[in-house]
Amino acid sequence: MIAYLDNSATTRPIEPVIDAMAECMREGYFNPSSQYAPAVRSEKMLAQCREALLKKVQAREHVCLFTSGGTEANNLAILGSVGAMRGKPPIAVGVTEHPSVLASFAQLEAEGYPVQYIPVTTEGLIDYENFSLHPDTALVSFMQVNNETGALLDLDRFCREVRSMAPKALIHVDGVQGFLRVPLSLKNIDMYTLSAHKIHGPKGVGALLIKKNVKLKARQIGGGQENSLRSGTENTPGIAGLYGAVTHMDISGLEGKKSALLNAIRTLVPEALVNGPLEDSAPHILNMSFPGVRGEVMLHALEEAGVYVSTGSACSSKKRKVSAVLTAMGMDADRAEAALRFSLSPHTTMEEIEYAAKKIGEIYPVLKRFRRK
Amino acid sequence: MRKVLLVRFGEVYLKGLNRPYFLKKLTANVRTAVAPIGGHVWLSDSRIYVSGAEDIEECAQRVRKVFGVHSVSYALELEKDFETIAAACVELTKDLSGTFKVLARRSDKSFPMDSMTMAGELGYRVLTANPNLSVDVHKPQHKLNVEIRDYAYVSVGEIPAVGGMPLGTGGRAALLLSGGIDSPVAGYHVMRRGVVVEAIHFQSPPYTSERAKEKVLELAKILGEYGGGMKVHLVPFTNIQMEIHEKCPDAMGTVLMRRYMMRIAEGIARRIHAQALITGESLGQVASQTMEAIGCTDAVVNMPVFRPLIGMDKLEITEQAVKIGSYETSILPYEDCCTVFTPRHPNTKPRPEMVEDAEKALDTEALVRAAIEATEVIRV
Repeated sequence: MIAYLDNSATTRPIEPVIDAMAECMREGYFNPSSQYAPAVRSEKMLAQCREALLKKVQAREHVCLFTSGGTEANNLAILGSVGAMRGKPPIAVGVTEHPSVLASFAQLEAEGYPVQYIPVTTEGLIDYENFSLHPDTALVSFMQVNNETGALLDLDRFCREVRSMAPKALIHVDGVQGFLRVPLSLKNIDMYTLSAHKIHGPKGVGALLIKKNVKLKARQIGGGQENSLRSGTENTPGIAGLYGAVTHMDISGLEGKKSALLNAIRTLVPEALVNGPLEDSAPHILNMSFPGVRGEVMLHALEEAGVYVSTGSACSSKKRKVSAVLTAMGMDADRAEAALRFSLSPHTTMEEIEYAAKKIGEIYPVLKRFRRK
Repeated sequence: MRKVLLVRFGEVYLKGLNRPYFLKKLTANVRTAVAPIGGHVWLSDSRIYVSGAEDIEECAQRVRKVFGVHSVSYALELEKDFETIAAACVELTKDLSGTFKVLARRSDKSFPMDSMTMAGELGYRVLTANPNLSVDVHKPQHKLNVEIRDYAYVSVGEIPAVGGMPLGTGGRAALLLSGGIDSPVAGYHVMRRGVVVEAIHFQSPPYTSERAKEKVLELAKILGEYGGGMKVHLVPFTNIQMEIHEKCPDAMGTVLMRRYMMRIAEGIARRIHAQALITGESLGQVASQTMEAIGCTDAVVNMPVFRPLIGMDKLEITEQAVKIGSYETSILPYEDCCTVFTPRHPNTKPRPEMVEDAEKALDTEALVRAAIEATEVIRV
C-alpha cells in the first residue's frame, strides 16, 4: 500500500486538471498575443482563469498576475514592490518564512534596507508581545500557513497590528500552503502569493494577487505580457491547469483527517510530540517529533513501507541540517532533528491514515533502540 | 585525405613475448570505447588508428580514458607523396608561432626520402611559409609528427592519456566502494594496472537513503567510463550494524563493522572469481585506518588487500579525484553511513584478541552468509 502524506511538497494533479491541460495543448495551443480568433480564445481562457481565481477569494480590488509558481510570485512581490519605492525604507519579515521570501529579504538587507524580523512563539505563531515595527515600515511579509508546522496566521489581527504600527506598510502574504484550504479575506492584503501544484494543479504555475494601487517593478522584461509586470508568453496549459484546480478544489474531504492521524499516532506512540500549534493551525499539516530517532531515518523506514512523508520542507531536506523553522521557534536541536511532517489532501483516505499510523507504531519502537552511544 | 586519431601506447612496449596479447587487448578496449560513436579501429605497424567517428573530439576523449593508451593525436592520413605531405605540414602549422621541430619516422623503407632528410626538408618548407616560427630541436614548443607507414600521417601535438595497462590483462578484483572521495580513486589506480574491477557497496536503509545509493551507482558509472562499465554489488548491511550496536562494546563498533565488510567482500570476491580486494584506506586517516585497526581487519580475509592510497594524504587524493572526475559526485551530501552507529570514542588501537572477544556475541557466519545471499547486483 502507498500512503502519500507529503501533500505540502506537492499534490497529485486531479483528472480535470490533466484533461484541461491536454486539451489546451492539443486544441488551444495558440499564443494569446496573436491576432486571429483561436488566439483570442486562448486569451479569453486566461481572463476566465483570473476571474475565477479572484472570485473564489472574493477579491474585488485585486488583479491576478500569473507567474511560474510560488517562488517567482514571492520574489516579485517583495523585490518588485520594494524596487518601485524611493529610498531604503525599513521592511519586515517573519522568521519562519519560506526560503523564497527569506532570501528576497536577505538580498534587500545586503543592499542596505533595514530588515526587521517578526518573532514567533514556541508554537510558531506571531509573538505579538514582542512584535514591533518602525512607523515608516514599507513592506511586511508573513505566511498564511507555515509549510512545516501548519501554524495559521490570524489575518485580521495581523493586518490590524501592522496598520496600527506602520500605517503605510504594504502587506504581503505568502498563501502557497493556505490558498483554498483555510478562509481568506484579501481586504487588507496588498499582495497574495499562490501556487497551482499545492492544490492539485500542475507545477510551474502560480499567481500573485495584487491590489490595483500597488506599484511593482518588473523583474522579467520583454514583450509586455501580464501588464508589463511579467513578460514572456503565458504558460497557457499551466494556467488552464490552475483554472481546473481552482474550480474543482473541494476541501470538505480534509475534515477530521488530521485529528484522526494525530490520534492514531498518539495511541501507538504516546511519547510523540506535536510541533507547532494544534488550535490555530491548517487542517492538512501535522508536524511531530519522535524522540530519539532522526526524522530522516524514520522517513526512510516509512518509505520502505510505502509511506511518504517529509522532514521539514522538501527544499531544506537536501541540505542536511536541522529545520530553520523549528529552530526559529526555539526548539532544541534533538527534538527538531526528530521531526516529521505529515501533510494531507482532501483525497487522503482513512485507510492511508490508519496504515501510516500503524507503520509508525511498528517502526518507532525498533528504531528507538538504536541511539548513538 | 581524411582525419584520423593516432593512438600511442606506453607501457605495453615493456612487454616481451606477451606483447601481441597486450596489444590485442588494448585494441579491443579502444574498439569498445569508440563503438557507441561509430569509430573504426585498427592496429597496424605498432600504432592504433581510429577513423570514421561522428565526432572526432569526443572520440579522442573516449580513447584518452582507455588504460594502456599513452597519448592521442589528431592526424591527417595522406598519400605517400612528398608534395602532399609538405602541403599538409604547412597547412597544419600556419597559425602557430614560437619554436618547432619536425619528427619524421619512416617504417616504409621504400619511401624515397630517409627520415633525416625528410625532417630537414619539411622543416624548411614550414619555416619559409610561416615567419612566426623558428626551429628548436631541443625544447620545441610544437612538435610536427610525420610518419610514413601504409599511408603518411601528419599531426601536431598530442593529448596525454591515462596510461597504465590494458584493462583485462591484470585479472579481477573487488573494490569496497563507499560514497566518499577515496574509494573511487583507489579503484581507479588498480584498474589502471589492467585489472577488471567490480564494486561492492554496503547500504544501511533506513539509515541511508535511495539518494545515497544513486550516488554510489553514479560513482561506479564514472569509474566504468574507464573500461566498459562496472558491476556494483549492493550489500544490505543494516542488520549487522544493529547487531554490533546492541551486542558489542561501543568503542569496537568501527573495527567490527570493517571486519564484517571485509568478510562479506571476500565472499563476494570469491563468487565472482576476483583475486584481491581493494580499499581506499590511507594510513591514519580515520579511526579504522590506523595500523592496528588495519591489522584487525586484514586478519579476517585470506586474499590480498590492495590499498593504493595508503601513503597519500587527503589533499593528494582529492586532487586525483578531481582529475578522475569522481570528486563532484563524492561530495554530494547524501551519506553512506549513519552517525547512530558511529562510536563517539572509537578504539584506535584495537588488539586482535579484544576484537575477537567482542565478536563472540555475534553469529558471524550466519550474518555474513545472509548478507551475501541478499546482495543485489546492478550493472552501470
